[in-house]
Amino acid sequence: MKLAAPLIYGLLASILLVSAPHADHLPLWVSAVCVMLLAWRAYLTYSGSPLPARWLLLAVTVACVVGIAITFHTLFGREAGVTLLILLATLKLLELRATRDATVLIYLSCFIIITDFFYSQSIPTALFMLLSLLVIVTTWLHLQTGTLNLVPRVRIAGLLLLQAIPLMLLLFVLFPRVQGPLWGMPQDAYASSGLSDEMAPGSMSKLSLSDAVAFRVTFNGKAPSRDQMYWRGPVLWDFYGMTWRRGRNATLQRPILSDASAPVEYTITLEPHNKPWLFVLDMPGRISIPADLAPDFQVLSKTPVNARTRYNAISYLSYRANLAEPAQQLKRALDLSQGLNPRARQLGSEWRRQYVSDEAVIRAALAYFNQQGFEYTLEPPPLGMNSIDEFLFTTRKGFCEHYAGSFVFLMRAAGIPARVVTGYQGGEYNDLGGYYILRQWDAHAWAEVWLPDSGWVRIDPTAAIAPARIQNGLSAALPDNAALPFLARTQSPFLLRLRFNLDALTNQWNQWVLGYNTERQFAFLTRLGMEDVTWQRLAMNLLAGVALIVGVLALFMLRHLYQRDTDAVQRAYRRFCARLAKRGMVRAAHEGARDFAVRASARFPQQADAIADITARYLALRYEERNDPASLQGFRHAVAAFKL
Amino acid sequence: MLAALQQRFGTWALRRQRYDSGTITLNQRSIYILPTRQGFAFGFVLALMLLGDINYNLSLGYVLTFLLATMGGMSMLHAFRNMAQLQVRAGHVEPVFAGDAAHFVFHVHNASKLQRHRITLHDTQGHSTAFDVAAFGHTEAVLGVPAPHRGWLKPGRLTLYTHYPLGLFHAWSYLHFDVRCLVYPRPAARLPLPAASADDGSGKQAIAGDEEFAGLRGYVAGDALQRIAWKALAREQGLQVKQFNAQQGRELWLDWSQLPAIADERKLELLARWVLDAEAQGLRYGLRLPGVELPSGQGPSHRTECLRALALFGLGEAAA
Repeated sequence: MKLAAPLIYGLLASILLVSAPHADHLPLWVSAVCVMLLAWRAYLTYSGSPLPARWLLLAVTVACVVGIAITFHTLFGREAGVTLLILLATLKLLELRATRDATVLIYLSCFIIITDFFYSQSIPTALFMLLSLLVIVTTWLHLQTGTLNLVPRVRIAGLLLLQAIPLMLLLFVLFPRVQGPLWGMPQDAYASSGLSDEMAPGSMSKLSLSDAVAFRVTFNGKAPSRDQMYWRGPVLWDFYGMTWRRGRNATLQRPILSDASAPVEYTITLEPHNKPWLFVLDMPGRISIPADLAPDFQVLSKTPVNARTRYNAISYLSYRANLAEPAQQLKRALDLSQGLNPRARQLGSEWRRQYVSDEAVIRAALAYFNQQGFEYTLEPPPLGMNSIDEFLFTTRKGFCEHYAGSFVFLMRAAGIPARVVTGYQGGEYNDLGGYYILRQWDAHAWAEVWLPDSGWVRIDPTAAIAPARIQNGLSAALPDNAALPFLARTQSPFLLRLRFNLDALTNQWNQWVLGYNTERQFAFLTRLGMEDVTWQRLAMNLLAGVALIVGVLALFMLRHLYQRDTDAVQRAYRRFCARLAKRGMVRAAHEGARDFAVRASARFPQQADAIADITARYLALRYEERNDPASLQGFRHAVAAFKL
Repeated sequence: MLAALQQRFGTWALRRQRYDSGTITLNQRSIYILPTRQGFAFGFVLALMLLGDINYNLSLGYVLTFLLATMGGMSMLHAFRNMAQLQVRAGHVEPVFAGDAAHFVFHVHNASKLQRHRITLHDTQGHSTAFDVAAFGHTEAVLGVPAPHRGWLKPGRLTLYTHYPLGLFHAWSYLHFDVRCLVYPRPAARLPLPAASADDGSGKQAIAGDEEFAGLRGYVAGDALQRIAWKALAREQGLQVKQFNAQQGRELWLDWSQLPAIADERKLELLARWVLDAEAQGLRYGLRLPGVELPSGQGPSHRTECLRALALFGLGEAAA
């Protein structure tokens, strides 16, 4: 059977729509080949030419598979798999011969949609999914209703999808959620962006070009002031000349917060970043999900955060952090074993000789940054081997990682234990949603020094250069011509409102749709009044709900079938009979229209003409198959004009 | 295997079903629904998708999977709705000659405002016809079935089915109308008519060409249409029939016993051919078969009677 052209165009459109979102991560040659194949198929259909020979298709297929194997070095794994799937679906279009092939392609396009969710699950993606589905179902309908035009088919497809929504919602809410993966996944299963456990010059400034959301925070109670909002991430101890790394803690002992006061309670919704660390406000006290507190107050989840995660935490703004730091750890915090940066070492030891107290040394260092013409910039000049020396004495232009790194180096040179802390600082308040948004451009690095009386104390050298960064955020601290993302700039109130509205919507979406996991489901169902959320109970509710919704939909769908009186002709005639019945002229069940007319005319002689006319029209419409709209219209008018 | 199951189910479903008569209305008691092979395949694809959703924790994937699953499930209702409350009535079946196709006509009426899409009518031998029924509309479904042998042709159990809207479900209903098609013997190749005989049986040759116009007489029901004097009618002389000399006093007997010794079926075919030719030539003819004698006559109804006798000759039980 030859497939009809509209069906083939529909399949082309479906494959195009479901593959299009992949365009930005497919290899360029794959996109090009797909577009060429689609165009070729469209041309063949348009010109009515036969499909290419099988050997040619086979050759193209083998070439494509080899190409993928060369590009990805494998045929498995997510990226290669998705690419293969898209290419094969496109090639299948070229050997589309029977209805069965068309069905296979339709199922394939549904499957390709789901692979797009590895990359994005945002609201626009969801809307685009609905559009793709509409096209796919419209094409699908063509297989069963060959003669139907496009517009009625789109209408039926829309109806099918709309009717599916209530049940889909029920299933979404009640289908038991399983925590965690069912089998091991390839490493590339999750996208990752955000802070890493390394810091080199340029790593933070690169992050600050991204407007991706890192996490959102809701405070239960009053929010701390902005300059207190240091969101703690990886703590870096080991310096390798250019790069700061976490290294290995010498102890497993939990750190101790003493004299903790000013507690702050908050909820964080963390975007997946595929790393184990959880961000908390300095210094963390308690956290609601299973996590380890590392000896350096870093909170680490048991597994990498590869799904959006919500947790409550309590932090203390005032504290003494780990007064009893073990000696091995303090030794790590003083280590300068790399024999580089001689001038910085010299400066540190000079300060040590010059000042008695550690506090004075710290003040001297901050004053040095503040007064020696340092500049806060996103585009610092590149640095060489002795990166800290070059930054401190030559270029004097840097971003937070330069300041934090060199400050810690100077402290160690002066004999004060110090370490680099990375994380985020500040946050943008969304007053619509009542939460703070932390984006990648809020990534920050600061320092901690250990003082015998106070334990670990946070020092932010960036604040010495660019206090506005801490008070008002990045855009306030940088000159106007810096290459910041558009969103990061201070904007007109209208744009700001719009942005907040959108983000509030996104937040709700993230919380309720994308973040709907086992705990959310439990909490939500409990709030709905389900007493104990067990599988059996879920299943029972699911069944009851399905039965109810299907029942209602069935009533709605089938009501037209069982309405006996749907015939417009019959309806109008009944109106006529009812009018006569009101005056005592009731039509008997066995009485034909003609007999009734005779009887009625005898009773109402003045109306005899009208009765005869209506009856004639009725009989013509009813029994002579003269069923055109004009006749029906005339009949209705005659009935409407009939008065007794 | 699926086909075998369906066969058994069909027998079961018919066990309690007598012949349908009059107009039948398809309803929930007569419509059966099962998933098609594509339906099972779709279920498999959905199961794969659900596994992916669980494993990769794709919330939007759940949305898509559930949306597709629900749509697939709901398409069962659509399939039912596409068939339900259709009124089916068997129509008149024209007799055919063996070797032609019998056309069984079924009138399908849709009294609702829902359009019905792509309903297929088929018999157990795989002959089928597909049709749509418009809202408040009426469609004649004509099922062509080859008629290889003379006698009664019964279509057997017929099935109406639809795969609308997505091809995931097969909704079907059985039609078991007591309809049959009369199949005349296949007319033999053209052969000259046998000799016509006078009433007394003296046996003069009657050739189609030697007719001589003898005058007009009044029309009697059963006269051949070709013999009506149209010109006379145009002159407003009423309906008159031309009379020919050759025809008077002569009768053509198509007699089984006069035929050479050939197979019975061939004899019937030959006689069928002669019935047709005699009728076409406007002759009066009678038919003699063993045990059957149709007196001489003329006209479509006579022709039909003769062909019917030939069609049913020797098929005792079916002749009723």
